[in-house]
Amino acid sequence: MLLDVQHLTTEFKTRHGPIQAVRDVSFCIEKGEILALVGESGSGKSVTSLSIMGLLSSNGRVSNGKIMFNGEDLLTKSDHALRKIRGNNISMIFQEPMTSLNPIFTVGDQILESIRLHTKLTKKEAQEKMLHLLDLVGIPNPAKRVKDYPHQLSGGMRQRIMIAIAMSCEPQLLIADEPTTALDVTIQAQILDLIYRMREQFNISVLLITHDLGVVAEAADRVAVMYCGRIVEEGTTRDILTRPCHPYTQGLLKSIPRLDDNSQRLYMIPGMVPPPEEVPDFCAFADRCERATEDCRKGLPPFVSLKDRRVRCVNVIAED
Amino acid sequence: MTDYALSARRSSKWGDMWASICANKAALFSLLFILLLVVTAIVTAITDALGIQILPYDPNLTDMNNAFIAPNAEHWFGTDQLGRDIFCRVIDGTKVSLSVGVAAVSIALITGTLLGAVGGYFGGRLDNLIMRAMDVILSVPSILLAITFMAAMGRGLDKAVLAIGLVSIPEYARIARSCVMSVKANDYIQAARVTGCSNLRIILKHIVPNITSPIVVRATLGISSAVLDTAALGFLGLGVQPPFAEWGDMLARSRSFIFSAPYTLIFPGLAITITVLAFNLFGDGLRDALDPRSRRR
Repeated sequence: MLLDVQHLTTEFKTRHGPIQAVRDVSFCIEKGEILALVGESGSGKSVTSLSIMGLLSSNGRVSNGKIMFNGEDLLTKSDHALRKIRGNNISMIFQEPMTSLNPIFTVGDQILESIRLHTKLTKKEAQEKMLHLLDLVGIPNPAKRVKDYPHQLSGGMRQRIMIAIAMSCEPQLLIADEPTTALDVTIQAQILDLIYRMREQFNISVLLITHDLGVVAEAADRVAVMYCGRIVEEGTTRDILTRPCHPYTQGLLKSIPRLDDNSQRLYMIPGMVPPPEEVPDFCAFADRCERATEDCRKGLPPFVSLKDRRVRCVNVIAED
Repeated sequence: MTDYALSARRSSKWGDMWASICANKAALFSLLFILLLVVTAIVTAITDALGIQILPYDPNLTDMNNAFIAPNAEHWFGTDQLGRDIFCRVIDGTKVSLSVGVAAVSIALITGTLLGAVGGYFGGRLDNLIMRAMDVILSVPSILLAITFMAAMGRGLDKAVLAIGLVSIPEYARIARSCVMSVKANDYIQAARVTGCSNLRIILKHIVPNITSPIVVRATLGISSAVLDTAALGFLGLGVQPPFAEWGDMLARSRSFIFSAPYTLIFPGLAITITVLAFNLFGDGLRDALDPRSRRR
């Protein structure tokens, strides 16, 4: 097991008191596995990834839980030790390829910086490694492209560069925070394919953060669905997408437009996501759930385990 | 092939900047003029130190018989109220004005940028402490504060430099802070953190280069205002001590003759104006050259 997140709780100090963005989240990622963390905006998926990286903003802190990486708890590590792990063992790519490269350095400079920060390669070796990496991520004519500035490249190209930087130190875990959200659909598929290929080639694990179930279907081995800072359902991609058990997951899947469906209106989950300071102690989805009963409001439902999946719901009904 | 790629990349980076400055004629001429000033300053300083006179007249030698001579072939810029050759004094004054401007701005720029960058980057209590200290400095008119500093430290050009530098720190700190705050919100700073960069490395390698253009532009303006501040201090008898030539001081001392002998005023005034203009235009060109996005390719 490469990454084992146990009971992670992250809170932010605000003017109205502390707000929990991530509530008692546990999941693990095996070596070479792609786990997708799915949820809508504000469900805590990005905060989860930042907690793992140790990059929470100054008003945020992990108030409970453990983040075991290779058997060591990242939360007890010093800043210095964490810096070594970042880049060396864990890498990350971001949603906005437009702003995740420094505009005043050539892309070559930026890849070289990352390589030379973590390896003891000579200039020439680093140079060769860079060209090899760019070739790997599918940049045509790399020797010419390294001299370009970020603004001269398209979004897809930049995301490839970001992946090259992330892969430059051969990490064990790649965190991809909405890597395709800012790209158009054809490029999305290419980037996902690239991430998939990196996994095959280097046997890295990937934590894929997305709100797009299409992305999940295409790339992930396993899926964890988050709602209001909690994981509500987790299982294999196939199980979750074909036979969702949690009413929230079911609602999400029903609200995807389908080509073979002629109905005029899309399904909508009734109600609104509660604001973070009003998330109840019981099932947060109870107020919007069609199957909600009184038991739902009696406390946080425990996980129900079904084969290789777990669901946080008291009225589990499998749907086909 | 890789080796070739490396060398080509390096040269093109500086080449691009150079090409950008060359394409901007005003910036290029300004750069040449500034280089001329620097050479003049260095040559006069060296010859002064060695006791060699390369100027046709001693710039500090008074000759009351030849006071107020209008510009002619012998005295290109004329002579002042004490019969000193104005051309020689303007040339001789270059090193003072230039070194005061550059030194004072360097002090303010380096200290101010670092303080502002640190405050903006870390935020919180440290930021508050730094910025409130800056506010205290800003709350007193700068020339008054400079005079106060000099009253405490004593007279002299070196102290004038220090005083002018100190009072202009807040301007740079404020610019740097606000720029850092907007730059650090960018994903590439987060990305740098993800690749394991230390805070110091992020500030120096990723943030400072991204805030250079507003600061460089401010600094070029700063050199000119530092030149003027020196003149003001000189006028109050706190800066360069007579008889040594300094443009602002010359300007201040000849202002009573503005109608009777305008050339005593015009030439030092022109020297200041052209120098200030050159720094401003060069700063403009440099800003474009430093920013690859605005570079013509």
